[in-house]
Amino acid sequence: MNWRAIRAIVRKDLHVILRSKMVLIPMIVVPMIFLVLFPAVMGAVINFAPLSISSDLEDFDLMLQRMPPTLQAQFDGMEPAQSFLVLMLVYLFAPFFLIIPLMVASVIAADSFAGEKERKTMEALLYTPLTERELLTAKMLSAWIPALAVSLVSFILYGVVANLVGWPLMGRIYFPNTTWLVLVLWVAPAASGLGLGMTVLVSARVRTFQEAYQLGAVVVVPVVALVIGQAAGVIYLSVEFTALLGLIFWAVNAVLIWFGVRVFQRGELITRL
Amino acid sequence: MEPVISTNGLVRRFGEIVAVDGVTLEVYAGEVFGFLGHNGAGKTTTIRLLNGVLEPDDGSVRVLGLDPATEGALLRRRTGVLTENPSLEERLSARENLYIYAELYGVPEGEVTRRIAELLDDFELADRADERVGGYSKGMKQRLALARALIHRPELLFLDEPTAGLDPVASHRVHELILHMSRQEGRTVFICTHNLAEAQKLCDRVAVLEYGRIIALGTPKELARRMGQRLSLEIEVGVNGVTKALEVLQGVFLGNNEESSQDQDVIKIAGVHREMIPNVVARLTEAGVPVYRVAPSEPSLEDFYLALHGE
Repeated sequence: MNWRAIRAIVRKDLHVILRSKMVLIPMIVVPMIFLVLFPAVMGAVINFAPLSISSDLEDFDLMLQRMPPTLQAQFDGMEPAQSFLVLMLVYLFAPFFLIIPLMVASVIAADSFAGEKERKTMEALLYTPLTERELLTAKMLSAWIPALAVSLVSFILYGVVANLVGWPLMGRIYFPNTTWLVLVLWVAPAASGLGLGMTVLVSARVRTFQEAYQLGAVVVVPVVALVIGQAAGVIYLSVEFTALLGLIFWAVNAVLIWFGVRVFQRGELITRL
Repeated sequence: MEPVISTNGLVRRFGEIVAVDGVTLEVYAGEVFGFLGHNGAGKTTTIRLLNGVLEPDDGSVRVLGLDPATEGALLRRRTGVLTENPSLEERLSARENLYIYAELYGVPEGEVTRRIAELLDDFELADRADERVGGYSKGMKQRLALARALIHRPELLFLDEPTAGLDPVASHRVHELILHMSRQEGRTVFICTHNLAEAQKLCDRVAVLEYGRIIALGTPKELARRMGQRLSLEIEVGVNGVTKALEVLQGVFLGNNEESSQDQDVIKIAGVHREMIPNVVARLTEAGVPVYRVAPSEPSLEDFYLALHGE
């Protein structure tokens, strides 16, 4: 592997990304909405309109009863408002976090693969001494590294917001729990790979950034399923479930990369420019 | 002498379409070799085959002693390619574009900065080296793409339509640079073009490609000579003398293979035997036609190319 050349492509792609509003804006706006604005609003609502009215309490009890018993056990000894806060910010919001690595990896990969075709810069790259494997590795790292970085920053931001808005009720730092650590360190890198792998496959067939990004967005479906599953009380992100989720994501990644390597051939790429 | 490029019966198909159909040629060190043909004749596909970016369906090819299909990465370290589209990162500066490719081609780390500065100077881009390429003119982009193709000092340079879409001044500058690379630096240059004047000016030898096949190969002079020893003749007679002159010339050339055309007060005749020129001038002056200028010229590569394509 020619690591000097790989580093050069990663650096180039990062420079290009940082100078593209089309790529940069979703990378900033989406985490701000899901991981700062939503928890802040939720925290404010719980703090300023506490669950004091009996009908609210009944609704919350009903909701809690739908949750798996293992999750219900997490709230033993907590006030209803504390339980509500923890349920929302620790469990129900957790799948939203996965949107960040998925989305960031998809946007960057779409720009890096299909965008490179659209800007007509791919051909010159194909005439360099890089092998297909080196080029693919470089392109994947270009999307994967920023996706991890943005995820990590988003997690820290979310942690600060969740603890700040929860402080009046909890009086202690309650976030993150073990599930979140597994989510950030094990599932998020796999989710990035999922967004990346899907976009690489899609990018081989399309010619523009927009097409690749829109088709690649299909990877958000598992996250939506998680949100619905948790809200319906069918599943909850226990440590074991989260670890298993990560394992499934990594397995799917391996399949996507296997296909990606087959699609990413010089001859194929140059004839589709 | 061992050829730098040697192909034998090279074939590449895309489905039913045969893009390159049995191309056999040799290019020697230090030569400027022109590959002429219409759009879609197979020129770009040939460059891709010669660099191992595409694999041939049939035939053999050696470039710099290597097989592009199996030793492509090794070969591409020694070749430079100017693609038809400059293929530059427009969100980056010229210096950044060159830096990336210096890294990709493995230019020694201690030399990168100096070599970039030299190329920016040579290609007259130093003043705007740190501006985004998106704001450059087409000529500047083409010069930068050429500089990028040279960043690793390749032995063999492929130029695909190097002056397409450039204004005459920018084209002239690119021609000078190509001649410099060939004559002063001794690089072998393989140019794909459909600009025949450019090929005549720059190339030592040319091959004419049609539907993926080479239909003519030789030096521009050799090819032009195949038109025979006949010349093209321009006669400036003044606006009032045109009608009379055409009558006289019809009498002189009747029954021969010459073709005439007229542009205001200038009459052009193709396929004229050298020996006929004094007779033409004498007949015109005898008839009272004012002759201001008579300019014979040898057949050009363009004449040959057009004749080859039945134009």
